Amino acid sequence: MTTVSDTVPGTDDLVLDVRDLVVEFKTGRQRVQAVSGVTFQVRRGETLGLVGESGCGKSTTGRTLVQVQPATAGTIVYRGEDLTALTGRRLRQLRTKIQMIFQDPISSLNPRRRVRDIVAEPLVIWGRGTKAERDQKVREMLEAVGIDPDSSGDRRPQEFSGGQCQRISIARALMADPELLICDEPVSALDVSVQAQILNLLADLKERFSLTMVFIAHDLAVVKTVSDRVAVMYLGKLVEVAGSDELYRQAAHPYTEALLASIPEPDPDAQELQPALSGELPSPLDPPSGCRFRTRCPYAQERCAAEEPPLREIAPGHQVACHFPLHGTPAPADQAPAPT
Amino acid sequence: MSAVRRTRGRTLEFKDVHDGGGPLLAVEDLHTAFRTTRGTVRAVDGVSFELQAGTTLGIVGESGSGKTVLSRSIMGLLPPHDVLRSGTVHFAGHELTAMKPSELRQVWGAELSMIFQDPMTALNPVKRIGKQITESLLLHLDMDKKEAASTAVELLRSVGIPSPEERVRWYPFQLSGGMRQRVMIAIALACAPRLVLADEPTTGLDVTVQAQILDLLGDLQRERHMAVILVTHDLGVVASRADEIIVMYAGRIVERAPADTLFHDTHMPYTKALMESIPRLADPAGTRLTAIPGRPPDLIHPPKGCRFAPRCPYAQTKCLEAEPPLRTAGSPDHLFACWFPLVNGVSTAPAPVAGNGAAATTLPDGPGDTATATAQAASGGTDAAAPGSGDGPTAGGETEAEA
Repeated sequence: MTTVSDTVPGTDDLVLDVRDLVVEFKTGRQRVQAVSGVTFQVRRGETLGLVGESGCGKSTTGRTLVQVQPATAGTIVYRGEDLTALTGRRLRQLRTKIQMIFQDPISSLNPRRRVRDIVAEPLVIWGRGTKAERDQKVREMLEAVGIDPDSSGDRRPQEFSGGQCQRISIARALMADPELLICDEPVSALDVSVQAQILNLLADLKERFSLTMVFIAHDLAVVKTVSDRVAVMYLGKLVEVAGSDELYRQAAHPYTEALLASIPEPDPDAQELQPALSGELPSPLDPPSGCRFRTRCPYAQERCAAEEPPLREIAPGHQVACHFPLHGTPAPADQAPAPT
Repeated sequence: MSAVRRTRGRTLEFKDVHDGGGPLLAVEDLHTAFRTTRGTVRAVDGVSFELQAGTTLGIVGESGSGKTVLSRSIMGLLPPHDVLRSGTVHFAGHELTAMKPSELRQVWGAELSMIFQDPMTALNPVKRIGKQITESLLLHLDMDKKEAASTAVELLRSVGIPSPEERVRWYPFQLSGGMRQRVMIAIALACAPRLVLADEPTTGLDVTVQAQILDLLGDLQRERHMAVILVTHDLGVVASRADEIIVMYAGRIVERAPADTLFHDTHMPYTKALMESIPRLADPAGTRLTAIPGRPPDLIHPPKGCRFAPRCPYAQTKCLEAEPPLRTAGSPDHLFACWFPLVNGVSTAPAPVAGNGAAATTLPDGPGDTATATAQAASGGTDAAAPGSGDGPTAGGETEAEA
């Protein structure tokens, strides 16, 4: 299978290498695959956007990256170490390098604790520094995220707005000096005006602390703004991976096209690109045969039901899993795409 | 659509306003304030507007701008205690503000209905969805159970729920978020109301589902000649769907215009700032968004002068001292409240006052005073989505939610 590492120059700065990741959940007697064989890489200093509808497995993928959700199969190699094979102390140590921020900023903060203590917690757990050093670092981080440590440090989460709580969550995530930040829908619960503030803040912090990010969201406009590359996920599989601008200019997968068309343009004259996607995500308990998107795809043909399209490269750094992509050549029949 | 439906136990009659002329809804100088331990929160502070039958009005603002309290004030869904209300709401020839609860119950659902933001908490989790739809049919329209049941199936079909005969027996938890919102719409439209208030109907939903739900609402509106008030924080949502848009800030209307005019000839810097904070697909990746610095003001002690002035990049001394009235310039249907309105996207203000606009742009979502923060906490970014505040029509937590 073609991987992104083949298309981006330099392999020594590979931060995250996820291969054939499968995550299954048991539901009664059945097993449901939330993630069905996902492969992607994230390089140092890069932001990879992961976009898709509710239920496509994007959050599960994110949670598996920090190993709060165990993988059923596949590997997640962070800096040469396979997280799925690690347990105990070593995994916990590595987890300080991979931090996560969540969608609902208010419920991800303990309502009974003071902001100062919430933010200091990662250092307390690891016994890093003296009390004074920790306090200093808490101040620094709160200032970095735009929260005044003097007036806010002793207050509790419910005294803050959603946007401010998200800032506090970010401060906490940065306390242990992580290299990789997994952001799971960090702005979807926020107003557009606050969303812009948080997205700008994340861009600043990424620069300042040399972070690498995986940014998960359902809104392609948001993802595109912050990401260098975007991976589009549908029902547990990646359907398209491309540079952000390339993806917008030359979306090759019909699903990506539909996602782009769904975004409301703040312009009364904007013409709808095409009718928005109809129907909903099929049940992952019983995914469609062949291409999983075919049941909602306006261009689906017989071959789409019979044969599953592999993720193949149609342009440098642009991969798509579609037999009849909107750009590039149709997949050659009866053979897997040639490895690059 | 019949103008007056004879219904069981009904004492009110509604004029068919779209034949007789005059607005369907007229809101005049509406004030809604909540008494709290910290002081009086003026959530809606003198709002007036009119809505014609069959049209769509978008009400846009940030959390805490008073847009949710405004829509609940129109409906009459406010907590029974510690609420100070003045002003009038005329709807189809009746003054809603003067109605007794028993009279309001004849209006709710029948003539005026509401779609809430969170369909999971707005639907009854232990009742089958069919039963939740037939409830209002049995109450308001003179239907027997069998008739109501078949109408419920038809309604589910009209909102795009597959195999509705089967789904009427489902419970809300068996449906996805988008499907639940479709059920909410079916319930709201069951008795063919003349006005539907949709309060952030798509905020918790995926963009793909959002587009579906908004298209559905638009189609049903055209079919049934309903008026719709679409309340949202996202100007992008109302841009191509509303006939007229009201922008609210700190409990007041700051700009009101037909959608085209609002986007092409924005007068109020706040409206422009809201537009610019939306990420656009056409911008190259990595484009920095234009965020609005700071947060909406505390509605217990709103700032003197223009309420947006502390966050406005063009604010002048006059803006900090005197409050601009809602006025027109040029076209009579374009109202705005700004001393130095934008003309062709350029401010008519002289050079910005040193230390205000410039300082504000470097100030992020900075710590406000405690009062603001506390009030904001309850609103939690998406109006009434905060834990504990509840999303029920008259939940106690609402008192502070938009404060």
